[in-house]
Amino acid sequence: MENNLALVLLLSPFIGFLFNVFFGKKVSKGISGAIGTIAVVVSFLLSICFFAQLNQNGKGFEISFFDWIQVSNFKLDFGILLDQLSLLWLLFVTGIGSLIHLYSISYMHDDENMHKFFAYLNLFIFFMITLVVGNNLLVMFIGWEGVGLCSYLLIGFWYKNQPYNDAAKKAFIMNRIGDLGFLIGMFLIAYVFSTLNYTEIQSLVVKGETNSSLLGVAALCLFIGACGKSAQLPLYTWLPDAMAGPTPVSALIHAATMVTAGIFMITRMNFLFDITPDVQNIIAIVGAVTSLVAASIGLLQNDIKKVLAYSTVSQLGLMFLALGFGAYNVAVFHVITHAFFKACLFLGSGSVIHALHGEQDMRNMGGLKKYMPITFWTMMISTLAISGIFPFAGFWSKDEILMTAFHNNTVLWVVASIASIMTAFYMFRLMYLTFFKEFRGTEEQKHHLHESPSLITIPLVILAVLAAIGGAINLPGSMWLNHFLEPVLVAKHEAHHLGTQEYMLMGIALVGALIAIVWAYSKYIKQSFVPKEDNQITGFSKTVYNLYYVDEFYTFIIVKPLNALSNFFRTTLEPALGKLVFSFGTLANGISNQGRKIQTGSVGLYLFVFVLGICAIISYLFIAR
Amino acid sequence: MGNILNQIGIENYIFLSVLLFCIGVFGVLYRRNAIIVFMSIEIMLNAVNLLFVAFSTLHQDAEGQIFVFFSMAVAAAEVAVGLAILVSIFRNLGSIEIDKLKNLKG
Repeated sequence: MENNLALVLLLSPFIGFLFNVFFGKKVSKGISGAIGTIAVVVSFLLSICFFAQLNQNGKGFEISFFDWIQVSNFKLDFGILLDQLSLLWLLFVTGIGSLIHLYSISYMHDDENMHKFFAYLNLFIFFMITLVVGNNLLVMFIGWEGVGLCSYLLIGFWYKNQPYNDAAKKAFIMNRIGDLGFLIGMFLIAYVFSTLNYTEIQSLVVKGETNSSLLGVAALCLFIGACGKSAQLPLYTWLPDAMAGPTPVSALIHAATMVTAGIFMITRMNFLFDITPDVQNIIAIVGAVTSLVAASIGLLQNDIKKVLAYSTVSQLGLMFLALGFGAYNVAVFHVITHAFFKACLFLGSGSVIHALHGEQDMRNMGGLKKYMPITFWTMMISTLAISGIFPFAGFWSKDEILMTAFHNNTVLWVVASIASIMTAFYMFRLMYLTFFKEFRGTEEQKHHLHESPSLITIPLVILAVLAAIGGAINLPGSMWLNHFLEPVLVAKHEAHHLGTQEYMLMGIALVGALIAIVWAYSKYIKQSFVPKEDNQITGFSKTVYNLYYVDEFYTFIIVKPLNALSNFFRTTLEPALGKLVFSFGTLANGISNQGRKIQTGSVGLYLFVFVLGICAIISYLFIAR
Repeated sequence: MGNILNQIGIENYIFLSVLLFCIGVFGVLYRRNAIIVFMSIEIMLNAVNLLFVAFSTLHQDAEGQIFVFFSMAVAAAEVAVGLAILVSIFRNLGSIEIDKLKNLKG
């Protein structure tokens, strides 16, 4: 029974995908969207069932479907592992996935390829579930690659726009670099442990019979994989470009679910990272630096989705910071609250873009508060949450990260604090520019301003509620999440007891965020400052506005030399090789041209040569005697 | 059985064979008529056959004679095929002079 239910949970979105691929064009858009949504809702309901069951007996279970690979002493089965961690992920992947499917029915209604959109979304959910529930690294890798593929398909969904295609390709290639790391890490683990099954690896690690130097490399490679998928330095550049996709995609894939795959993987392999402290340090540093860099870029962006994209990168950086300190439950907590408020923010921005018929530049927005009250209030709640204002969800999770950082490394704490203060600033900058003051767009746009339909606002409201109260799952008093995760994550870090120091840290974070908000208020409301046109930006802010020229740097350091090399191969090496190969042909041709002259066609001559040959052979035989 | 070799020595058989063979060779080399070339080849074959039989008698061993039967059968088949080819060459060229058969030129 459980096996079948688990199978349904896994395959339901896949069936939705198949339906939309084969019949989506024949049925109406509404049915196509409804089927896609129901497929995910089924998974969500089953996740809740399993979750309730898990809560009762407190033990996860592993199901093996079939033996997959068997080579000498290496054995791998295709199975799923439903424990606290994977169920938690399942809940918010399918839950937020359902909401976003619902939202997409309305958002994508004018698109002629709506069935294709839902097919991709369903396929994505299927692969994400595979990634999460797999009982070994290889199953996770299937999901890992699958979500990458869906991400590519969805970023390039409006394929008639060439820059969008480029963005899709960029995401795919950047991810591929990370995937190579993941693969190598996996091979090393298979080499060391002769298995890829999580529980088996864990028991082997606990026994301690391992070659630690190779394990360090393996952990580092896995982290590179996580860097690619979760958009960390230096592989983060694809995520902001991924905003080319339709907004529900940005909300689902590039904010709430797929980008947390790296964090999931590291949390899953926590026992491995626990015994490689050097790699943990690297993770913490990379996370902190990413969060600061991305936050600083976010300060000056004018595209509403780009701001949110950089804030996603920044928040992911904070999660990696927590992972680096071994505080996996803290990172998971932030993943969940982040999924709530970031999905809400993206969907809200989608609602704004929808109302403005595709306008994404905040310089052409403003004053939307009175036209779109629901969108405004839901986004406001989420903005308060992401800025870390008491008592919204983000406050609790971000605060735990900062506390963990403070207890481990003061420098990184400062970095992370600055990043989170910046977050408060640019998020309120976004809110002020979008919703306050007067509308700055064209008259025609102003005429069409309207609140979005209820299919769009309902998910917004639900997510906003979650963003407001989501922190309750891990309040400092109860720590429900930490207790829940205890069977999976051996909690090394005792839950912080709330002492004076902790209250002070909370205070600092809160005051910092408030100061940032006030500053943003004085700049964008009091002084009515509107960001300048692109060509008027100068000095350091120009560098920041242009994303620190990281893309240009990558172009210069990788793309250009690569192009030069291939150009060299094409114009010089290939013709030379061609000539070399061709010269053999010419040689053979020349020799045979001479040789065919022997064949005169005169039978008499042939006979003569024939007899002469026999005579020669016979004479030779006589002489050789 | 060996008595016949007492009357005429084995050397004479060898000489005769060599002579016949050389006649055949020269016939092949000097004559231009394809049929005569054929006949010369037959002479060469028969020279060899003669040698086979002579040695077979000398060694009191029947294998040589058996071999001769084979070679005669093969020769007969070869002649049949060869003559057929010659007939078709004649039909095409109106001649069986081997100097005119230049179609095998490379």
